[in-house]
Amino acid sequence: MNPTDLVDRSSLRDDVPDFAAGDTLKVHVRVVEGTRERVQIFQGAVVRRQGSGIRETFSVRKISFGVGVERTFPVHSPVIQKIEVVTRGDVRRAKLYYLRERSGKAAKIKEKRTVR
Amino acid sequence: MSSASTSSDRKVKGLLGTKLGMTQLWDANNRVVPVTVVQAGPCVVTQVRTPDVNGYGAVQLGFGAVKAKQVTKPAAGHFEKAGVTPRKHLVEIRTTDATEFTLGQELTAEVFAADEVIDVTGVSKGKGTAGVMKRHGFHGLRASHGVHRKHRSPGSIGGCATPGRVFKGMRMAGRMGVERVTVQNLTVHAVDAERGLILIKGAIPGVKGGLVVLRSAAKKGDPA
Repeated sequence: MNPTDLVDRSSLRDDVPDFAAGDTLKVHVRVVEGTRERVQIFQGAVVRRQGSGIRETFSVRKISFGVGVERTFPVHSPVIQKIEVVTRGDVRRAKLYYLRERSGKAAKIKEKRTVR
Repeated sequence: MSSASTSSDRKVKGLLGTKLGMTQLWDANNRVVPVTVVQAGPCVVTQVRTPDVNGYGAVQLGFGAVKAKQVTKPAAGHFEKAGVTPRKHLVEIRTTDATEFTLGQELTAEVFAADEVIDVTGVSKGKGTAGVMKRHGFHGLRASHGVHRKHRSPGSIGGCATPGRVFKGMRMAGRMGVERVTVQNLTVHAVDAERGLILIKGAIPGVKGGLVVLRSAAKKGDPA
């Protein structure tokens, strides 16, 4: 245990669902516009999850108006209202950077078939 | 303003501590704040220096546990005079309000409050033998245009027959680090009085577990 872990403990979230690269997520992001605050949903595939503890981050990739957009969030960020897992993906890599060179059907991630 | 004031004519709050390491937090605006965690205090006042007796005002603080058999007899006597158990480190903090302190008084992390501006002094990490580019920020030589195997060299270090020697203090390669470094104007992000921790925004000198001295900022006027 690091001596700084005690400081981190209060900032860590305990409502983070279990997810990994390849999963499709709905990230509910708090957006502040002037004095108002609303929630925006960023939906896409997780292309990486890296780091540990308070510094852990994940990146979500989506195609917006024909342009690929990747957004990186700290897992424990208070900006995130909640994370919803939409589908589980069946992938063989931990980092799905190959999606950046692919488009259309080639960029599709197979859904994981769960064994009953 | 504060530029005219020296360390001898202002109120300074000081504390000794151990650097524990760095981490990050989120502030009220959900922005990431890099913080250094310092285990600050408890310190004890071991001596009070006054202008009448010593010619200047200062408080001597003791910090850290020490084995009884490691304490020399003169040091043991010094601590006994203050009525405290021996400590590992002694540091003098020059301040005008030295007379307000009493011998044996205990100082904890609560000396500092959040949003206060402080200077942090420590001994920097050792870098070993380093070249002039790393040690002094020289630019080195060019990457191409005929430079041959001398890309990180310092270039000329002086004239020829005049002066016929290299000037003293010429910046060259050598042992880097392990020197006293003060970082000024750091903000206290939060104080955890219960655990005696002070969270300082940004990096401070030294290794984890190293001794650091926290002082009110020299260039930010009198603390409120």
